[in-house]
Amino acid sequence: MAVHVSWAATGLSAPQRIMALEEITLMLEPRPRFGLGAVLGKRPHRGDRIYRGVLTAAAISVLIIIVGLLLELVFGSRQSISTFGLRFFSDSKWDPNGQHFGALPFILGTLYSSFWALVIALPISLLTAIFLAEIAPTSRTMRWVERPVSFMVELLAAIPSVVYGLWGVLVLQPWLVKYVEGPIAKGPLSALPIFGDTANGYDMLAASLILAIMILPYITAVSRDLLRAIPRTVREGSYALGATRWETIKGVVLPYARAGIIGAVMLGFGRALGETMAVTMVIGNAPIFKTSLFSSGYTLASVIANELAEASGLYRSALIEIGLCLFLITLIVNGGAKLLIFYTAKDLNATGGKV
Amino acid sequence: MTIAESSFRSTGRSRFRRSLSAFMAGLSIAAAIIACVALLSVLVYIVINGIGSISLSTFTEGPVPQGQPGGGLRNGIVGTLILMSIGSVIGLPIGILGGVYQLETNTTFSRTLRFFTDVLNSIPSIVMGLFAYLIVVLPVAAFSPGHAFSAFAGGVALGFLMIPTVMRTTEEILRLVPTTLRDASLALGASRWRTTWSVVLPAARGGIVTGVLLALARIAGETAPLLFTAFGNLDFNVRLDHPIDALPLNIFNYATSPYENLHHLALAGAIILLAIILILSLAARYALRGQTME
Repeated sequence: MAVHVSWAATGLSAPQRIMALEEITLMLEPRPRFGLGAVLGKRPHRGDRIYRGVLTAAAISVLIIIVGLLLELVFGSRQSISTFGLRFFSDSKWDPNGQHFGALPFILGTLYSSFWALVIALPISLLTAIFLAEIAPTSRTMRWVERPVSFMVELLAAIPSVVYGLWGVLVLQPWLVKYVEGPIAKGPLSALPIFGDTANGYDMLAASLILAIMILPYITAVSRDLLRAIPRTVREGSYALGATRWETIKGVVLPYARAGIIGAVMLGFGRALGETMAVTMVIGNAPIFKTSLFSSGYTLASVIANELAEASGLYRSALIEIGLCLFLITLIVNGGAKLLIFYTAKDLNATGGKV
Repeated sequence: MTIAESSFRSTGRSRFRRSLSAFMAGLSIAAAIIACVALLSVLVYIVINGIGSISLSTFTEGPVPQGQPGGGLRNGIVGTLILMSIGSVIGLPIGILGGVYQLETNTTFSRTLRFFTDVLNSIPSIVMGLFAYLIVVLPVAAFSPGHAFSAFAGGVALGFLMIPTVMRTTEEILRLVPTTLRDASLALGASRWRTTWSVVLPAARGGIVTGVLLALARIAGETAPLLFTAFGNLDFNVRLDHPIDALPLNIFNYATSPYENLHHLALAGAIILLAIILILSLAARYALRGQTME
């Protein structure tokens, strides 16, 4: 392409002129930035343009799904938002017949059941991860245990929620009523606020236990991988200073992976928050919130599962707003967890470990 | 006792430290046992009682009115297979092509997209079902009164749920294909799409199949997003614009019913569902085994 420039007017020196000319040439040439043409300086092949278009379309549709999801949720809940405003989140009355909706019992029920699930699952899964990563591999008698246990932990993460729920209804609830809730309700412990109320099995305790069993494989698998990624030299340094194994775990290994383990726990918490079927089947589905573990409750996910198919109008809009609320809560919890795990993995990579 | 030995044996303080260490080791063994017992009790109970509840009529009969004996899960089994097929038709192209996109580009947009895929992966499945309800069920209901729930709506929800898994595994497996293979193809004058189609994808075939099978295993047991999309159907149905039954929906409905024979049907359904998931997972492992990445 011919370019005519009046060089005298620019006042540039000779080398500057050459550079300027090169820059202008670069600007004027149609330079393909994709495909083989980028190397040879040709426009891309027609097939490659179609190829690029198809790939970009797939990528954009993923984006559309996410953005569309958020917009649809907001749009679908506009009626509820304009009727109740922020009161929706602090109101504890849920009355479909009276067209009065407040989400507080569900928000509290979700957080409360997930909290207890974490309290139950955290020590067990953390100690199991320590066993799998620190104790079993170093012991001659227990080395064989590691693989089957790891395999089982992964297998159980694949079991669908509804199957856990089935087990909860047929096994866990009768067992709880007979051996745990019945005796406690008759004994002196029933005076405690967390053990009040009737013990019929459809309650927070059953929901929390089943959630604990469901998130246990997750927390265990992620923290085991993090512990394994810690370089040997870190442990050897600690042993060389005379620390016992537990002192090494407590003082060196766990602090080393702390952020990542907190991330793993948050990941489990996020999963518990969004878990639907198993909880719906055992929690009792009563739109009230009580602190007693023996009281029926309700969660954000369960109320959508049970009531959306029959709802319409303002009722439906309120349920969609509950979905929006659940979406945002899990987004925050999971986003935080991902960041923590990401930065721990990066630190470990920087110091020679690998995740 | 030699001098060296005696210097390791010692005072009460160090004995306490060593017994604490042994105690904590014992505690973590105990925790592993508790975890295994809890998890095994779920699996063993379902397997033993489920297998006992299966008979030929489980596969050949449809549901009977509540309280009556008999009945089978035919509708649910067929429905689940149909829903999984619709999900695949929607989810696989977007997932696989999205994975290839991630491999081919490294721009701000592709990094943003990776973050969005992570977000998509962490969305509770019931929220995805809500999305399918909002974009398929409600518009259909507004357009033609009397129709609302459909197999298609359920398939949309399942398809969207497949995307992040397929996309991630596709991208990761494609990254394992040596760049020298691609460079050789490009150097021979092949275009980009020809290189991907004839060199990269065949080399990564096993890994992509694994990703697809794992995604199918994930959606096979999804229940929550189907409750208000596929909805369930007492009659046998294969039409995509009508409500359709699904195995997980059957398990849910029968488990929460008061009838003993329905509990047995739920257990039989759980076993069939677990068998489907197990076969898919084993096939996924097998597909990866045929993979030669070195």
